[in-house]
Amino acid sequence: MAVISGPPPYPGEQVVQPRPGDELGFFTDSSICIGCKACEVACKQWNDVPVDLTDIRFLNASYDNTGELDANHWRHVAFVEQRRADGELVWLMNSDVCKHCKEAACLDVCPTGAIFHTEFDTVVVQQDVCNGCGYCIPACPFGVISRREGVVSRPETNGIAQKCTLCYDRLSGGLEPACAQACPTKSIQFGPLPELRARAGRRLETLHAEGRREARLYLADESDNGLGGAGSLFLLMDEPKTYGLPEHPVVPTRRLKEMWGAAAAAAGLVVAGVGLALSAGRR
Amino acid sequence: MSQRGYYGRPVLKPPVWTPEVAIYFWLGGLAGISALLSFAARLAGNQRLARASLFTSFAALLGCPPLLIADLGRPERFYNMLRVLKPTSPMSVGSWVLTGFGGALGGAVLGEVLELLRPLGVLRPLGFLAHGVAALLGLPLATYTAVLVSDTSVPVWHEARHQLPFVFAGSAAASAGAAASALVPAEDSAPARFLAVFGSLLELASVTLMERSLGSEARHYHEGSAALPAQVARLLTGTGALLMVAGGRRRPIAVSASAMILAGSLAERFAVLRAGPASARGAIGQDTVKARPGELGRPARARETR
Repeated sequence: MAVISGPPPYPGEQVVQPRPGDELGFFTDSSICIGCKACEVACKQWNDVPVDLTDIRFLNASYDNTGELDANHWRHVAFVEQRRADGELVWLMNSDVCKHCKEAACLDVCPTGAIFHTEFDTVVVQQDVCNGCGYCIPACPFGVISRREGVVSRPETNGIAQKCTLCYDRLSGGLEPACAQACPTKSIQFGPLPELRARAGRRLETLHAEGRREARLYLADESDNGLGGAGSLFLLMDEPKTYGLPEHPVVPTRRLKEMWGAAAAAAGLVVAGVGLALSAGRR
Repeated sequence: MSQRGYYGRPVLKPPVWTPEVAIYFWLGGLAGISALLSFAARLAGNQRLARASLFTSFAALLGCPPLLIADLGRPERFYNMLRVLKPTSPMSVGSWVLTGFGGALGGAVLGEVLELLRPLGVLRPLGFLAHGVAALLGLPLATYTAVLVSDTSVPVWHEARHQLPFVFAGSAAASAGAAASALVPAEDSAPARFLAVFGSLLELASVTLMERSLGSEARHYHEGSAALPAQVARLLTGTGALLMVAGGRRRPIAVSASAMILAGSLAERFAVLRAGPASARGAIGQDTVKARPGELGRPARARETR
C-alpha cells in the first residue's frame, strides 16, 4: 500500500474561535491518524477523566488497550491490524468519539433533562442533574455513553452518565477541544460543521485521485443519515464495522410514535377485555 | 475479521437495569390494571371485586417507588425524575403517570376507607372521580414500560416494539385478574377469572408473535439468562389459565391458578429484561436499529437551531 506522500493535507487551516450559535464539531481523518493516542491522553488530562483500576489490563487484540468509548474514555483510538487479500499487512487507526447527534437518542430518552444541546449544538450531560437512571446507555446506537461506577479518585462522579462534552468548558472560553489541539497530524479537526464537511469532501477527492479507493466518508452527509445529522464526521479507510462503528446507524427514538401507538392499541384491548369480563360475569 | 466487527466487540453498551426494574414492571402492571378492573367492577355494581382490586392495586403501588429509586446510580437525586415533563422520554412520561396514578389511587382508597368507616355523602363523588382517574392512568402505567424498553437501540427490544406493549398489557391484565380471583369468593369473581384467562392468552399469543417477528434475534429468549424465566413464564401462565378455566369456581383451585399466573407474569418481565443485555452484547459488527427503505439520504428534517 502506498504510503501517504507529499505535503501534509491540511497546511493552512486556522484554529477556529468557537462562537455560541455556531454548529461545531469534529472531522476525524483516519487516513493520517498515527495511533499515538495523544487525543486520549489530552482528553483525560483536561477533563479530569479518572482511571478505573480494572482498565489497566491487556486486551490481547492490537495496540489498543482502551477497547471502547465509555464513561472513563471519551476518545478511543481504534487500532486494526489487517492482512489484505494480496498478503500485505495494513494498520488502520481511527480516533472515535461521541457523534453529538442532532437527533440524539441519549438526549431524547433522558428523563431528567440532564442531557441537552448546547449553544454550540453539541450534546452534554449536566453532572449535577443526572440521577443515573441509565436510560441513555442502551439508547445510544454507538454505545458511547455509560455510567461511571466504582472510581476511587473521583467518587463524587460515580453513578452519573459520562461522555465527551466536546470540551464545553474550553469552547465557552474560546479554545478548541483538547483532543483536536493535541493531535500532531491534524487527523482530528475542529470547526464549524459546514466547513468540515466541505474539507472532508475535498480530502476524499484527493485520496481517490491518489488511487486510494477504499477511502470513504462516515456521517458526513448533510441529508438524513439516521441521526438527523452528526456533529462528528469521519474519513475511514475500510468499512465502518471494521472500526466498531455501525454501517447505517439510526436513532431508535424516531420510532416513538409507533411505539405509543402499539401501547394505545394494547391498552384498548385490555379495556375491551375488562368490559367483556364484566358483561360476561353478570350472567 | 471484519465479520466480527472490531475485535469481536459489541457496538452497543448493555443496559444496566437491575432486577428491581423487572419487579417494578410487574407491580406497575398489576397496580394499573387492578385499578381499571376495580373501577369497572364498581360501575357494574360488583362491590366485593371493586374493593379487592382497589386494595390490590394500592398494595402493588406501594412497592413501586422504592424499587425505582434503588435502581438509580444516584438514588438521592430521584426527585429529578419530576424536574421536567419530557414527551420524548418514556421514562419521564412514566414517572408522571406513576405520580398521577399514585395520587388518584390514594384518593380512591381514602374514599373507600372512609366509606367503610362512616358513609360520607359529600365526599363520595370525589372518591369516585379519583377512582376513575386512577383507572384511566392505570392503562399507560401498565404499558409505558414496554415503550420504555422498545425506545432503545437494543435489537431484541426495539425490533419487538409492535408486540412488546401487547405482551406487557396481557401480562398486566392476567396478573390483575389473577390477584382478584384469589381474593374474591367465586360468586363474585367471575369477571376477574375471565380477565385472568383473557390476559394470559393475550400474553402468550403476543410472545409467540413477538418471537416470530424477531427472527434469529429471538434466540435471546431461548439461550442465556432469559431462557429460564421465558420458559417458566410460558409454563406457569399457560397452566394457570387452564386451571382457572377448569376449576376457577372452587376457591383452592382459583388460588393456586392465581399464584401461577402472577408468578408467570413476573417471570415474563424478567425474561424481557434479561434478553436485553444479551442482545446488546450480541450486536457485533452489525446495524442495530434498522433503517426503513428510503429513510436514509433524504433531505434532513428542518431543525430548530438554538
